[in-house]
Amino acid sequence: MSQLAALEAESIHIFREVAAEMERPCLLFSGGKDSIVMLHVARKAFAPAPIPFPVMHVDTGLNFAEVIAYRDRWASQLGLRLVVASVQDAIDRGVVKEEPNGSRNRIQTPVLLEAAARERFDALFGGGRRDEEKARAKERVFSFRDEFGQWDPKNQRPEIWSLYNGKVFPGESIRVFPLSNWTELDIWSYIEAEQIEIPSLYLAAEREVVQRDGMLYAVNEFVALKPGETTKKLSVRYRTMGDANLTAAVESLADTVAKVVEEIAAVRITERGATRGDDKVSEAAMEDRKKEGYF
Amino acid sequence: MEADLLRFATAGSVDDGKSTLIGRLLFDSKSLFSDQLESVERVSRERGDEYTDLSLLTDGLRAEREQGITIDVAYRYFATPRRKFIIADTPGHIQYTRNMVTGASTADVALVLVDARKGMTEQSRRHAFIATLLGVPHMVVCVNKMDLVDWSEEVFEGIRREFTEFAARLRVRDLTFIPLSALLGDNVVTRSATMPWFDGAPLLSHLERLHVASDRNLVDVRFPVQYVVRPQSHENRDYRGYAGTIASGVLKPGDRIRALPAGLESEIASIDTADGPVTEAYPPMAVTITLKDEIDISRGDMLCRPNNVPAVMQDIDAQICWMDESAQLSVGKTYAIKHTTRWARAVVKQIDYRIDINTLHRVEGVEGLALNEIGRIRLRSTKPLFVDPYLANRQTGAFILVDESTNRTVAAGMIVRESGS
Repeated sequence: MSQLAALEAESIHIFREVAAEMERPCLLFSGGKDSIVMLHVARKAFAPAPIPFPVMHVDTGLNFAEVIAYRDRWASQLGLRLVVASVQDAIDRGVVKEEPNGSRNRIQTPVLLEAAARERFDALFGGGRRDEEKARAKERVFSFRDEFGQWDPKNQRPEIWSLYNGKVFPGESIRVFPLSNWTELDIWSYIEAEQIEIPSLYLAAEREVVQRDGMLYAVNEFVALKPGETTKKLSVRYRTMGDANLTAAVESLADTVAKVVEEIAAVRITERGATRGDDKVSEAAMEDRKKEGYF
Repeated sequence: MEADLLRFATAGSVDDGKSTLIGRLLFDSKSLFSDQLESVERVSRERGDEYTDLSLLTDGLRAEREQGITIDVAYRYFATPRRKFIIADTPGHIQYTRNMVTGASTADVALVLVDARKGMTEQSRRHAFIATLLGVPHMVVCVNKMDLVDWSEEVFEGIRREFTEFAARLRVRDLTFIPLSALLGDNVVTRSATMPWFDGAPLLSHLERLHVASDRNLVDVRFPVQYVVRPQSHENRDYRGYAGTIASGVLKPGDRIRALPAGLESEIASIDTADGPVTEAYPPMAVTITLKDEIDISRGDMLCRPNNVPAVMQDIDAQICWMDESAQLSVGKTYAIKHTTRWARAVVKQIDYRIDINTLHRVEGVEGLALNEIGRIRLRSTKPLFVDPYLANRQTGAFILVDESTNRTVAAGMIVRESGS
């Protein structure tokens, strides 16, 4: 059995286990490549029946328009209920406060938790992969969260064989990561093998970019030029889809999925290191956010 | 040929250089990213380390970096053109036996690290014991820090002899020894020039070539029903499929099957996937099976062949590893038990003995089992389970216990034999 087939089978098993055992699961869907693959595998897990749970997106209000359009189109094509938890709306209501650096990454967490509580979701599927980051490398497939959505890395439930334990008391929940054992290269190889449609931002094209702190940002409605900055036209693509104001592009000529696979196989820097201004805060940035209830 | 998947678990004590070995595998197989390496080099430099401390790559949590220890199982990934590897990196110190059990539970190979200067220790014995208890089919003993014993063949052979003798008391099916230096890279990815006396393969080539496909049980058909697929749509109104992952055996359309616990028989009409029907299914494929006859089957039931069925029983003898620090296993207490896709409750009837994992001696007359203790117990479950001995079937021989007052997973269990049959 090829390793991609083995990974897909493992993920399907996880989806079915959650659907069978949890009361109200929901899949976190952003229109990013990991959540696209996750949704694709979920569809396979229950075919010919439809996916038996809704999808939710925490919309920071700073997303690429194309990604939002993709999100809406897929949810409606699959006949899924789409729950949108809006960070902008939470700011307007005074639930969270805009951070001085313009990143809405951290303030997504209370918005996510509020929406999950309102919908009484007891299991949230996330597209997190263990190869992404060191704190994620230690997280369970079924990751227990207390009533405040907090992760306690030192006190995780043992996870033995594929005998997952999703038992929770009211108010508690499980984050489930069906793609735990996939790597970035696996994601792309799978997108290629399954011919999955992805937002075109993932593919290289000539884009107007500005260099900032050693990273390339495409000029768009969220990235305005600062005094003294100049732009140039470069062939770039995105490796991740975070907020449009803080997600950098990488120089690339890979304008097809096959070429992206080749490029990823050869590339020597992690996707978060390359493109996420919001992850560069400290050695333990992800661990700290996850403890608070982040994805 | 398409690349396949190999899962291996590493175990070693704090100072055996396990994390360094993993760092070396990632680094020399070019699976390490430059920003990861930069960050490790920076921290290492700031601390004044003589060499870049590759263990910083795997110890991800704040407390781990602060204390210089590994707290929890960390999963790492790398690939060569032949294989994708999943490493379960488990800490070696005594209080974390449960993590080693976790890592070994899904592993095809166990890597046991031995410090060449110290030779076999209680820890190496314990690691080897846990790997065999968890039925890991292959074991590789990495005799590390050969640079510190002048690359001595004599030292290596001494450790090999002692370990082989010990392993004979366990049931290690496939045992390999490799002398190496994780720090300097000898015999990790490339053959060592300093140990010409060693004619075996370096670690990575060994892992690339290891044959693991035949480790799976392809004889006994066991299909735990995980989820019933009923589309309720107009076009698929009559579709009723039993979704699940093949635990063992090979299934084909037209095969006669028996459904447990009802005992009713039918014939496989089709084996479906989202990509269309398949002509055979084997582990670990996830499929949906439809039957010729409409019989009542639900999650937790099991499909098998009429002439090859697991034991259907409520009295379970098992080795268990206790994993909870807040309470001990005690006789008379009832736990939730999860076996394949089936939940029940089970009461602990007796503790036969505890195993001293350093001496492998049985300690009888014990009252309970505490964190990281391993012992043999008897359970009585509220409903029948469909079980095989763990040594014959890692899927249908395994279970977990959950404490219903905390919902914590408190034990991993391996069924020893079918009692009462």
